[in-house]
Amino acid sequence: MLRVRIPLLFLALSLSVSLAAAEEVNLYSARQEALIKPLLDRFSEQTGIAVNLVSAKDDALLKRLESEGRNSPADLLITADAGRLHRAREMGMLAPLKSELLAQRIPASYRDPDGYWFGLSLRARPILYVRGKVDPKELSTYAALADPRWKGRICIRSSDNIYNQSLVAAMIATQGEAETEAWARGLVANFARPPQGGDRDQVKAAAAGQCDIAIANTYYFGAMLDDPAERDTAAKLAVFWPDQAGRGVHVNVSGIGLTAAARNIEPARKLVEFLVGEEAQRWYAESNHEYPVVAGVEPSATLKAWGSFKADAINLSELGRNNPAAVRLMDRAGWR
Amino acid sequence: MQVHTARSSVFLLPSTLRTPSTWRAGVMLIALVLAVPVLVVFSFVFQPAGEVWTHLADTVLQEYLTNSLLLLLGVGAGTLFGGVASAWLCSMCQFPGRRVFEWALLLPMAMPAYIIAYTYTGMLDFAGPVQSGLREQFGWAPGDYWFPQIRSLGGAIVMLSLVLYPYVYLLARAAFLEQSICVLEVGRTLGAGAWRGFFRIALPLARPALIAGLSLALMEALADYGTVQYFGVATFTTGIFRTWFGLGDAAAAAQLAALMMSVVFLLIVLERWSRRQARYHHTTGRYRHLPRYRLAGWRAVAAFGLCLLPLLFGFLLPAGQLLAWAVQTAADTLDAEFLRLVWHSLVLAGTAALLALLFGLFMAYGKRLRGSLGVHAAVRVAGMGYAVPGTVIAVGVLIPFAWIDNRVDAWMRASFDISTGLLLSGTVAALLFAYTVRFLAVALQTVESGLGKIRHSMDDAARSLGLSPNQVLTRIHMPIMRGSLLTALLLVFVDVLKELPATLILRPFNFNTLAVRAFELASDERLAESSSAALAIVLAGIVPVILLSHSITRSRPGHD
Amino acid sequence: MTDPTPPPNMLDVERIRVGYGAQTVVQDLSCRLAQGRIGCLLGPSGCGKTTVLRAIAGFEPLVTGEIRLGGRVVSQPDWTLPPERRQVGMVFQDFALFPHLNIAANIGFGIRNLNAAQRDARVAELLDLVGLAALARAYPHQLSGGQQQRVALARAIAPRPALLLMDEPFSSMDVELREQLAREVRGILRHEAITAVLVTHDQMEAFALADEIGVLHAGRLEQWGSAYDLYHRPGSRFVADFIGQGVLLPGTLLNEHQVQTELGIIGGKVAPGLVAGTAVDVLVRPDDILHDDASAQLTEVCDKAFRGAEFLYTLRLPSGAKVISLVPSHHDHAIGERIGIRLDIDHLVMFPRSA
Repeated sequence: MLRVRIPLLFLALSLSVSLAAAEEVNLYSARQEALIKPLLDRFSEQTGIAVNLVSAKDDALLKRLESEGRNSPADLLITADAGRLHRAREMGMLAPLKSELLAQRIPASYRDPDGYWFGLSLRARPILYVRGKVDPKELSTYAALADPRWKGRICIRSSDNIYNQSLVAAMIATQGEAETEAWARGLVANFARPPQGGDRDQVKAAAAGQCDIAIANTYYFGAMLDDPAERDTAAKLAVFWPDQAGRGVHVNVSGIGLTAAARNIEPARKLVEFLVGEEAQRWYAESNHEYPVVAGVEPSATLKAWGSFKADAINLSELGRNNPAAVRLMDRAGWR
Repeated sequence: MQVHTARSSVFLLPSTLRTPSTWRAGVMLIALVLAVPVLVVFSFVFQPAGEVWTHLADTVLQEYLTNSLLLLLGVGAGTLFGGVASAWLCSMCQFPGRRVFEWALLLPMAMPAYIIAYTYTGMLDFAGPVQSGLREQFGWAPGDYWFPQIRSLGGAIVMLSLVLYPYVYLLARAAFLEQSICVLEVGRTLGAGAWRGFFRIALPLARPALIAGLSLALMEALADYGTVQYFGVATFTTGIFRTWFGLGDAAAAAQLAALMMSVVFLLIVLERWSRRQARYHHTTGRYRHLPRYRLAGWRAVAAFGLCLLPLLFGFLLPAGQLLAWAVQTAADTLDAEFLRLVWHSLVLAGTAALLALLFGLFMAYGKRLRGSLGVHAAVRVAGMGYAVPGTVIAVGVLIPFAWIDNRVDAWMRASFDISTGLLLSGTVAALLFAYTVRFLAVALQTVESGLGKIRHSMDDAARSLGLSPNQVLTRIHMPIMRGSLLTALLLVFVDVLKELPATLILRPFNFNTLAVRAFELASDERLAESSSAALAIVLAGIVPVILLSHSITRSRPGHD
Repeated sequence: MTDPTPPPNMLDVERIRVGYGAQTVVQDLSCRLAQGRIGCLLGPSGCGKTTVLRAIAGFEPLVTGEIRLGGRVVSQPDWTLPPERRQVGMVFQDFALFPHLNIAANIGFGIRNLNAAQRDARVAELLDLVGLAALARAYPHQLSGGQQQRVALARAIAPRPALLLMDEPFSSMDVELREQLAREVRGILRHEAITAVLVTHDQMEAFALADEIGVLHAGRLEQWGSAYDLYHRPGSRFVADFIGQGVLLPGTLLNEHQVQTELGIIGGKVAPGLVAGTAVDVLVRPDDILHDDASAQLTEVCDKAFRGAEFLYTLRLPSGAKVISLVPSHHDHAIGERIGIRLDIDHLVMFPRSA
């Protein structure tokens, strides 16, 4: 077995990348590296605190955190939705982080009341319609999309996706399960094609004439408008903010929480505070078309062009709680 | 000869039994350790899953089952046809381009399935350039014309077949080349023409190799998540994820996984049973220069076309698209960090390949030495990881490693007031372990099929000439099946290069690979930016693939 | 038959029993072989002869009994000296040449305790001995069957094994090559003073090569002796039937020296313990029946086979019993013709009928 050990040793040496830094903070992130690393680098530059990153899917990270228990090296957990942060809290994997600054800057609906997690950016999931084919006056609420008049006109991705699961979870919270299920059945009946692809693909299909309505997150739509290759395609669609008279547009947050195993608590606090700072909040808006969670930070020009909207004020913890019910409901409704 | 009147103490040891039983214990131990992740996941099976099952059975289970079976059937048919036809043409026929096809047909193997799926979707989707071009050209409106739906079960079958047929091609070609020409000639004297010779003699003789290749392809297809998920095809694998994470029910998810693996196991048992007593050692050691069938005219064109098809669609087109994208984005993506990704990927893949080969060889030889039922079962169990989705394996690695770490830490704290923290979790070692669990089957299958071709009289001859069982392995088997060993090494290497879910979950801080980079960007629908990493995977895979092809060509005794 | 001067036996096989699981393949088998002798285990396929060979080589453990090489115990129940430590060479039915090594390397493979120069010399010597010096650098697949055979032999004897085992060494050869090779091999074994055990189902091969032959039947040793003994003094019906040609002719024991048969009274040594009047079968070989035109004993020719110098006639006696006879080939008789014969038996071999 000696022959095995030598390459392993060699590996350990050649792959050990973490340099011993004076101060560091360890981060498990469900936001992919490209969507967080630039901010982290900026933070390190400013503070001299090294940030170590592992990015993976939310559920996998939760599992890793759970298995590692109190010895987990992670100090902070970032997820792409509030539901999972709520679940992490319930599983006892998060610890409260006391910070006046955070409480002050982040509106109460976008953070845990006890400080277990904090929203960093908002992602809205509005209705996108094809200009010229749909009169925005025909549109009103998510619920109205189940109307037979939209038969064969709607594109949306699979129910495997967390954005759709959250959307349905939010509806369950406000309208109850029975009504939501009836709605889901109606929506499925209006699908222009079996659910497939990602959010951008829904926009593309609509632009190409396969459907008239696409449901997608704003930052995908914004990114397409920024991309010279896709700008013309995306420009065929426009944003409609549904439920403005009622509960508001479905939003979710990308958020962060201190882990129960955290050891580098001070650097962690500094990082979270940095992420809700002016610079970071503007970065979310400018480079990824997410809405800043902090009031008063200007969204990007693209975002501003779509106008302001009323967001669903539901407590985001509800999304996590209702998620399993949402998945089953979509299974029953035949939403693949 | 020395005459021992009294037996010295050395001879009192039952030495023939001693060595094999060490091997047997070793085989059992390795199998047990490698089976831990699968067992951990399966341990959830015994937790009550309650009414989730009723829900699944009422709503989606049938669809999972149907889709998975259709996927297996489709990919099975596709890889078998593509792999066998091209392998036969390249080894037994002579036509223009054959020498290039010989190695080039392996290239799609270096292409990760999810990358090819993203790429083709980009090209062939309703909104893609092909359909848009057609609409523009002919003034069609949406709905005026029929175009195959790329994101569908059929599409998934085509995508997976395109990247998985090389497994069948690889092993089929090796088998055809190794077939003694005498057997084929006997066939011809018995009145079997070229076609009958193929169907009645060559194909049945190559069966173990074909089955090995096919089962690798099918296991990979069954474990695929990226492609089917992107195409919106609900299979067992997507179902496991949905149940585990969406419904939050680990027990039901594990039960789904168990159900899936039972199907795999059943298939393996059925195949073994159907083979029963037939032995596939070569009966004669005589080889001669292969008199290839010379193809001319339309036959040559047909052969050329048949070989070009999988190469074109499995490699040239998607690689061309990737290259075009990579050139566009090169300025942003190629930097020092990118070089580090390449280095990480190569070192990881190389080390994992060596480990898998080492363990595979050890187990396969243990089985040959002492074919006890326990050893056979252990070898089967250790090879099961390949059919299990990478994420499931990763979770199966995560849990026991963290458990051990926490136990050690707790004990050290209690005894010495020292916290050792996590020793194994989040290290490269954990990652390598997961790769070994996942890809051991690849090495094992290849080594076993190589060993199976060496007649047992070889072992006996070597033993009677003074070699110990270990020396028989190193001095006889390993040199003879050099080709198989290299094949195993390179197959695992390429597989690890492409591996994603386990890498994603288990990797240490600040540790990226090409596959992680390519996937993260592609899944964020930034195909162009992901292309340089994807292309690097393909390039890193091409070199071993070409090496592989040469080693196979030369592995045939008497090949010129 | 025992050796007049007893050197220590090179091989002692003592009442061994070998089996796989519940199945017994070889039972209660004993034999011994002196230094320099060539023994042969002869029997039909499936009789267990290869299993005995493999037990001697150390590939099969014993259930009961003992095997000694040069007086040293190498196999006992629950204890088997591994093959690589027995100094036993083996030639396999399929030769099992190592395909990745050339001829010289194959031959030199088992030589360990010599330095490189000595080893090269030994290999060269063996290449000469088997007449393949020109092919030293060739690979096994480039050789004919006969050449592969010789390489296999050279490889097995290169380390100067205490005992050489050969498993059906000529079975894949054509008949002519077989006899020629058998003679060559015998010459080589004699030259190297090698003790050897051969396993075969072909008695001509056994006769050509072996000093002593054991006939195996259904896992048991029927008889151990010289070729002459087996042919002329078979110890059992099976041996009588298996070795050579001949028929068993019914007869009745007259007294302690004579048996009455259809062909007259045959004298000789009668097995002890049999009383007059016992029904017996007498072994009659083709060379025991002489054609004699003067004889009153007429038989009908039912079949004949031309053997060059001789015809082998199958003859029907008046009772319907058949005998076979070798007759010089100038006596050409047609089928159906009646010819006179005379009995001339040197060794009376008979078995009680009931057995």
